[in-house]
Amino acid sequence: MTLAPARPAPARAARSTRLVDQFELGLDAPICLTWELTYACNLECAHCLSSSGRRDPRELTTEQCKAVIDELQRMQVFYVNVGGGEPTIRPDFWELLEYAVAHDVGVKFSTNGVRLTPERAAFLAATDYVDVQISLDGATAEVNDYVRGPGSYDTAIQALANLQEAGFRDAKISVVCTRQNLGQLDDFKALADRYGATLRLTRLRPSGRGADVWDELHPLPEQQRELYDWLVAHGDEVLTGDSFFHLSAYGPEDGSGALPGLNLCGAGRVVCLIDPVGDVYACPFAIHDEFLAGNLLADGGFGRVWRESELFADLRSPQTGGACSKCAFFDSCRGGCMAAKFFTGLPLDGPDPECVQGYGEQALAGERVVPASSQDHSKAGPTRNQPVMLQLLTRPPVSACAESPLAGFDPQAPS
Amino acid sequence: MPDPLLGEAWTLSPAVALRPEPFGALAYHFGNRKLTFLKRPELVAVVRCLAEHGCVRAALEASGVPEAQHAAYAAALRGLAETDMIRPRERQAAA
Ligand code: SF4
Ligand code: SF4
Repeated sequence: MTLAPARPAPARAARSTRLVDQFELGLDAPICLTWELTYACNLECAHCLSSSGRRDPRELTTEQCKAVIDELQRMQVFYVNVGGGEPTIRPDFWELLEYAVAHDVGVKFSTNGVRLTPERAAFLAATDYVDVQISLDGATAEVNDYVRGPGSYDTAIQALANLQEAGFRDAKISVVCTRQNLGQLDDFKALADRYGATLRLTRLRPSGRGADVWDELHPLPEQQRELYDWLVAHGDEVLTGDSFFHLSAYGPEDGSGALPGLNLCGAGRVVCLIDPVGDVYACPFAIHDEFLAGNLLADGGFGRVWRESELFADLRSPQTGGACSKCAFFDSCRGGCMAAKFFTGLPLDGPDPECVQGYGEQALAGERVVPASSQDHSKAGPTRNQPVMLQLLTRPPVSACAESPLAGFDPQAPS
Repeated sequence: MPDPLLGEAWTLSPAVALRPEPFGALAYHFGNRKLTFLKRPELVAVVRCLAEHGCVRAALEASGVPEAQHAAYAAALRGLAETDMIRPRERQAAA
């Protein structure tokens, strides 16, 4: 366990009542908890945030998972974002889903759609407190399959059709925004409308295998601007979680251009990840020893890790200032995403690699050491599901679905 | 004119759970899945005891909210009603 390096210091007024300031100090339990149930996956997406592919033999058992759910219920974690890997290929997935909703832990799960048969769709339509997110990274098969692998577009569309047919309302189409698909935003929206679904856009972070392809896939600066403008125009019809707060610096200096959602890095404060073996990380995009807070089996349960880990205490404490705290846009951008900086080898108290002021590009051009990955569940050899783009890469790829740590999160407070 | 809501009987929605937090509480609605932050402990106290009182004004008084702030609290409660965090008591009986 290591302590996070210095990050920018918020200019915090004493006893502020602003919610973001409260959030920076951390909550008694996470709001946006992601739980990756398995590292196993049928696909091998090029940008998988958790480097998934093979099942980990230490994966939590059904009984251990139920004990985690019991604890989440006691902590009043009202819902959990379930992902993987492909969570539905765990044989006990549906059993765990029923167990969770019966214990007041709502489930939002991300899937590539592989197991969403008409029967499963009917079951989901009849179950309360369940949200389904179908991952789709292109509005056409060509663009999607480029990163998610052959056949994955058809699988996702079939799943959406099955859900709609079964009367499941308001499924989510979850899109990781890339250089290749940003021109398709209106098409994604039309697709969502066609299936009675809501569009959910998330940021590509250089996490997991995403680190290998980030240079090729991450949006160009002019695309970021277009994305910001599109979000300003469509903000209330799409979900973005905390994905794009670094773009708020496109707005005026008074922060009025901030996008809906949480405008701050919530890692270890309101955001957290439980991985398939019970390791607890600060954020689903930060699966690395540097951000490992503990293990819920070895360290006395999830609540204890959340409350007592040194790493989380450090993430919640005021930090020393960095280059960003002098930036006029710091209040809305707050230096961007910790994981994006870490996995591109940039200092955590400096600008985001996609800083809209261009400081990220400068930093990327300078000297930096990209950290080695500390775990990888990618399949060892190529398979027929391998995306074509990966045949050019040296590292064997594999799959999963990008999960925003703040899925559907709405911090609007009436008081 | 004072907000008529002050004279009405209200309650926390049965689908809502409150989780205590350092700043007040987090309210989660299991039906519409909205998450709301109650940023003052006083507001949390009011919301928790709405059902025990004949009207909102009585709940405010019982929670020690000075009369000068009743209008502001009524507005906050209306905000909460918009997402069904709280609801008029008759509707609950009808549901
Ligand atoms: S590290 Fe990035 S993805 Fe994770 S909570 Fe912070 S801003 Fe969000
Ligand atoms: S320098 Fe860039 S990353 Fe840092 S706060 Fe300003 S806009 Fe954000």
